[in-house]
Amino acid sequence: MASKTKILNLYKALLRESQKFSTYNFRSYAVRRIRDAFRDNRNITDSELINNRISEARKNLDLIKRQALVSQMYQTDKLVIERIPRT
Amino acid sequence: MNQLLKNNNIKLFQTLLTKQLNMSVAIRKKFSTEIENKFKVTGLLDGRPLYLDAQATTPLDPRVLDEMMPYLTSYYGNPHSRTHAYGWESEAAVEKARNQVANLIGADPKEIIFTSGATESNNIAVKGVARFYASKKKHIITTQTEHKCVLDSCRALEAEGFKITYLPVQTNGLISLEELDKAITPDTSLVSIMTVNNEIGVRQPIEEIGRLCKAKKAFFHTDAAQAVGKIPLDVQSMNIDLMSISGHKIYGPKGVGAIYVRRRPRVRVEAIQSGGGQERGIRSGTVPTPLAVGLGSACEISQQEMEYDHARIKKLSNRLMDTIYGELTHVIRNGDPVHTYPGCINLSFAYVEGESLLMALKDVALSSGSACTSASLEPSYVLRAIGTDEDLAHSSIRFGIGRFTTEEEVDYTARKCIDHVTRLREMSPLWEMVQEGVDLKTIQWSQH
Repeated sequence: MASKTKILNLYKALLRESQKFSTYNFRSYAVRRIRDAFRDNRNITDSELINNRISEARKNLDLIKRQALVSQMYQTDKLVIERIPRT
Repeated sequence: MNQLLKNNNIKLFQTLLTKQLNMSVAIRKKFSTEIENKFKVTGLLDGRPLYLDAQATTPLDPRVLDEMMPYLTSYYGNPHSRTHAYGWESEAAVEKARNQVANLIGADPKEIIFTSGATESNNIAVKGVARFYASKKKHIITTQTEHKCVLDSCRALEAEGFKITYLPVQTNGLISLEELDKAITPDTSLVSIMTVNNEIGVRQPIEEIGRLCKAKKAFFHTDAAQAVGKIPLDVQSMNIDLMSISGHKIYGPKGVGAIYVRRRPRVRVEAIQSGGGQERGIRSGTVPTPLAVGLGSACEISQQEMEYDHARIKKLSNRLMDTIYGELTHVIRNGDPVHTYPGCINLSFAYVEGESLLMALKDVALSSGSACTSASLEPSYVLRAIGTDEDLAHSSIRFGIGRFTTEEEVDYTARKCIDHVTRLREMSPLWEMVQEGVDLKTIQWSQH
């Protein structure tokens, strides 16, 4: 069974890589979906299920790395709301 | 650098100079591609508009593209080639995709046929069934609020001598089951009614329609382009005989769709396209492996994410409406507020001209109706069918919320919308009269 730090590292890596999407909508979706998925799975105890989720997350991490790269290669202008300074 | 020159350190100077040159070339390259970006829609300072037109099309989900990429690059075999590995691997991918599509709607993979999109699927369903059973039955029923491709297919059939009933809808956009019941005759071969309307988002009572059609022995086709993957659909429990599916409405690629054709009891269709007999002869032509893979993947993802996406879209939809209704009066929602898909909100802002509002809201990609008819200034036939007044039909805007829409986008859109509606109304003499309590309907406008 994976340790707590290992899962936490995976979580952080997923969020870090998601930030690299240059497309605003994909970036915010990835971050939101990862957070929600980890929150929803916070209380699972079945070790087999946990391992399944971890391998799923690893696959997703690779996917995010590839697709973030694609989105960086074909960038567009920033969206109007990205240009508004955050208050 | 001058110092280097003075010291006559030519070699070091040269390397530095080349380095600098290379750098500036790289920057210029980057700069020029930025300038030559032909997809630029607005000035650099404005930024790209937000996308709130999820009914027209949706962005390709990065997870879908990731599944498609191998078939766009390495695995290019023809899925119908039976003699080599290139063909086999493509065929395996297409069959996996067929399974994914079938799973989403509770069908058997053999009942799924890949097409170029929902328009083709609708054509095959309507014309295909009508023509195949033409010797026995010559009557088709559809509704006035169907998509253009269904209505146009029906027009074509009318020219071939078929009788078509265009069922009217009630003011909430829903059909009346009693009227449908009355309209179905022993001569009716097909009833074609869409699941979710593309303009006003209303959900027809598919289950009841299916039951009625089964009892009356007419085939039931539903155009589910706006519904598949967004609301639970099951062809068995809903008694659906044919169903049209579109790829690009569910975060899949454009140019691909599918049609479900029931096998037990068997529904026969006459093929429209002649050719090599692929897809059981119903849709000849090589199946585009990457697109089919994309459609399959999009279906699988939307099946997994349906609950999550729906909850979120509902939340954003309520957020948008609450904000707008909180600050504006005389806003009318077109279509039934209960039997609806929350991602499609069609609002009429009274005393505001829709086109001016769309122009003012140029930093949000919105539409007044379907994309197919957005070039014309005519009010939508769907809004006319639900009995919307001419002036309100002219002031409608459709807000489309999807998987990738954010709270910030919804808030920005609502804010801009409120501001511009308020501004446009302040300029309107009609609005002034309404504020003074004049009922515009009682005014006798002089004729010139």
